[in-house]
Amino acid sequence: MHRFMRSPMAASWALASPVVLILTFFLLLPIGMITALSFWGSTEFSIYPAFQFDNYEYLFGSSVVRAVFIKTFTFAVITWAITLVIGFTVAYFLTFHVRTLTWQVVLFMVCTIPFLTSNIIRMISWVPFLGRNGIANKTLMDLGLTQEPVEWLLFSEFAVILAFVHLYSLFMVVPIFNTMMRIDKSLIEAARDAGASGFQILTNVVIPLTKPGIMIGSIFVVALVMGDFITVRFMSGSQVANVGRLISNDIGLLQYPSAAATAVVLLCTVLIIIAIMLKFVDIRKEL
Amino acid sequence: MRTKNDLELVSVTKRYGSAVAVDNVSHLFAPGAYICLLGPAGCGKSSTLRMIAGHESVTQGSILLDGRDISKLPPARRGTAMMFQSYALFPHMTILDNVAFSLKMQGIDKKARHARAFSLLELVGMEALALRLPAQLSGGQQQRAALARALITSPQVLLLDEPLSALDPFLRLRMRGELKKLQRELGISFVHVTHGQDEALALADEVVVMNNAVIEQSGTARDVFNMPKTEFVARFLGGHNVISLQGQRFALRSDRLRLVDAAAQGLDAAVTSTEFLGTHVALGLMGPQEVALTAMIPEEEFYAAPIETGASVRMGWNDQDLHPLSA
Repeated sequence: MHRFMRSPMAASWALASPVVLILTFFLLLPIGMITALSFWGSTEFSIYPAFQFDNYEYLFGSSVVRAVFIKTFTFAVITWAITLVIGFTVAYFLTFHVRTLTWQVVLFMVCTIPFLTSNIIRMISWVPFLGRNGIANKTLMDLGLTQEPVEWLLFSEFAVILAFVHLYSLFMVVPIFNTMMRIDKSLIEAARDAGASGFQILTNVVIPLTKPGIMIGSIFVVALVMGDFITVRFMSGSQVANVGRLISNDIGLLQYPSAAATAVVLLCTVLIIIAIMLKFVDIRKEL
Repeated sequence: MRTKNDLELVSVTKRYGSAVAVDNVSHLFAPGAYICLLGPAGCGKSSTLRMIAGHESVTQGSILLDGRDISKLPPARRGTAMMFQSYALFPHMTILDNVAFSLKMQGIDKKARHARAFSLLELVGMEALALRLPAQLSGGQQQRAALARALITSPQVLLLDEPLSALDPFLRLRMRGELKKLQRELGISFVHVTHGQDEALALADEVVVMNNAVIEQSGTARDVFNMPKTEFVARFLGGHNVISLQGQRFALRSDRLRLVDAAAQGLDAAVTSTEFLGTHVALGLMGPQEVALTAMIPEEEFYAAPIETGASVRMGWNDQDLHPLSA
């Protein structure tokens, strides 16, 4: 023991210990507990320690659960695609069209200001806008584009995706902007010198060099959308289900083992998606 | 006499808002020559180069290459190519793809463009490193790759923006020799921007000295050095003393100042420093009216009769070495 205390190993362990402790107590332990719980059994009114696969059998056997997972993927993919286009465009504009650093900072702050409010409030503020007698429908009818109020604006999948895009676009803008700002401007000039058109510069220089930022933003958006339940509940008026809502319903019914099993499957799904994404792009130099 | 690859500036002006970077400059560059644009920071030399390249718009005036006005054309259609100060190699592409980039932009198929890129890499002695990424190369190797990339479009004029400033002193000397050799082999004009007078004198067939947005003087390196027109040129090129005699300013090369007897024609000065430079010893002198002078004394002459700092000496010269200055 004495010898260990003096060794260089001891200093390394001592320096690493705060992070190790935090990760152990707040990450590994809860995940371990959830995993353990997912093997427990339950009846309508009680849960009991066990090691059985009933919860997983139900999860993988149920067509309802499969449909909910597919719906969750669909939300993730659509939100990812839209936020990517918005995030890339905003970052590109800020980086290459805004000339001075001051204006870049000012406009970037403007992008972030809405995010100083809670995301529940930002979500709910869509309700009076999209509702049956909301601003959107009023405007459409005043313009004579429709006679009847459009029903699918609120409490629909459209509303869910709209809210997702609104809530999570910034998570795409920030990492892409960060990576793009680090592109040496002389590379763009060199490309132009070599005869590249604006579009060729975009596809041959800007996009390849922005890939790590795109990937980090994509991980944020996919992880957030896959794990969300409150946006789906509010914006769909409880008419659409995703995996987060499955878990929240189980918890509401005190079916903790089932909720834990769903959470474990969701966690593994997201980890697999991220692992696949990281296979394509090396983000290490961005971290 | 006009030749095929004439590059000419006609009353070229560049303004950034109210600031004038290049002020009504006209100049016909020597054809097929190694040209150095020399000047201190902010003199307009880089703006001039970037206007020729097409990376900066021309506020007024024209740039003619081979008889046509190129000042409104996009960079790739001008017959110029630029090598950037930081080399600007694309970090995500191999050296081969970097060199082949402009051919890819023209839509030339992979096999043909790689063959051509490879031949250019051979020209700069980089064929063995064709498949490396830029980050895996040294500064000198990156520069050669950048050179190959600029040359692949067969430009009539190669523009180099402080190409040697990112290299260490040893490599700088070697690369400057290679640049000169390459220019001779290719026979095209090189326009090289630098703030190093030694670099300009060593490389250039034509030195163009710029200051305060205008060309102060241009000519062969030897003419500019030996016959500076203005005090600025004499001081910027170095190796000169500027002295006033009978109300007239003269440039006098510091190696033409000699130690003379007290009775001879000359100036009395106090020695403020001595520096051994190998072949010569540089004497720092304080002459009459607090004029600082430098004299280069051959080292064997100096050590035959060493002089201490603080000593009083008399410095003389031959009158034909005095070169009158206009400003």
